[in-house]
Amino acid sequence: MGTFFEMGGYAAYVWPAYGLATLVVVGLLVLSVRRLRSAERMLTLLEQARRERVDDGPDA
Amino acid sequence: MHRFANPARFMRLSARLLPWLAGATALLLAVGLYLALIASPPDYQQGQAVRIMYVHVPSAWLSMAVYGAMALASIAYLVWKHPLAGLFTKAVAPVGAGFTALCLVTGSLWGEPMWGTWWVWDARLTSVLILFFLYLGYIALVGAFDDAERGLRVGAVLVLVGTVNLPIIKFSVDWWNTLHQPASVGRLDGPTMDTAMLIPLLVMALAFTLLFAVLALVRTRAELTWRKVEVLRLFQAAGE
Repeated sequence: MGTFFEMGGYAAYVWPAYGLATLVVVGLLVLSVRRLRSAERMLTLLEQARRERVDDGPDA
Repeated sequence: MHRFANPARFMRLSARLLPWLAGATALLLAVGLYLALIASPPDYQQGQAVRIMYVHVPSAWLSMAVYGAMALASIAYLVWKHPLAGLFTKAVAPVGAGFTALCLVTGSLWGEPMWGTWWVWDARLTSVLILFFLYLGYIALVGAFDDAERGLRVGAVLVLVGTVNLPIIKFSVDWWNTLHQPASVGRLDGPTMDTAMLIPLLVMALAFTLLFAVLALVRTRAELTWRKVEVLRLFQAAGE
């Protein structure tokens, strides 16, 4: 297992490459899902508020 | 593509597609990483450092493919005014920028032990750096407009102007002197790479492509939903 992590002496280059790839991929996934969720939450809130206003009638 | 261009149908189809795509991406990434890090042989010249290729090359391919997809969507947006096309372009630009950054940095990490330098100002590296700036420029430009539609239109024009960079990237290794090696997979006479490395590379490339599809669907859904939020806010402001 030790030799696996040593990467034939290139550990200082191989592992940062894979680490950075993981960071970029996970980062993009987290940010994108979060952006979608916050949009969906906001849409639900606005639609609820709109329904309540319509239920109360235009004069309320 | 025409069927996809209807926003309501897009929302329905993408919701059904996403779980399957996400599952396939996770599976393929796991297989790809196993092949890239464990099962594939070290290179007879580069030793274990060759494993950087399995991240570097797929991100390089995707950095160009995403830009190509943005260019096609920009044509659809400018010519046929498909609302989804403009939102798709805006949605995937940060993904393209991410792949390009990954390509540049992993290239540096590969260049230092193999070429003896992190960076050279040759045509290949410089044109990819320009691609990165095109992505950033597009993101900044689209965000700078108060009128979202106008921003998308101007952004689409920038994307189309920037497409001249794509053939320059692709052929830079043939047209100019460079440290960068020429193509060894996408060649007219077929790949020159051994299958023991070609198969892991293609699996990783497919995994990256699926990952892009997942991100594109999630992010386009987010853009569409934000658009609906804006419309509702306008209604609210108008006192309706």
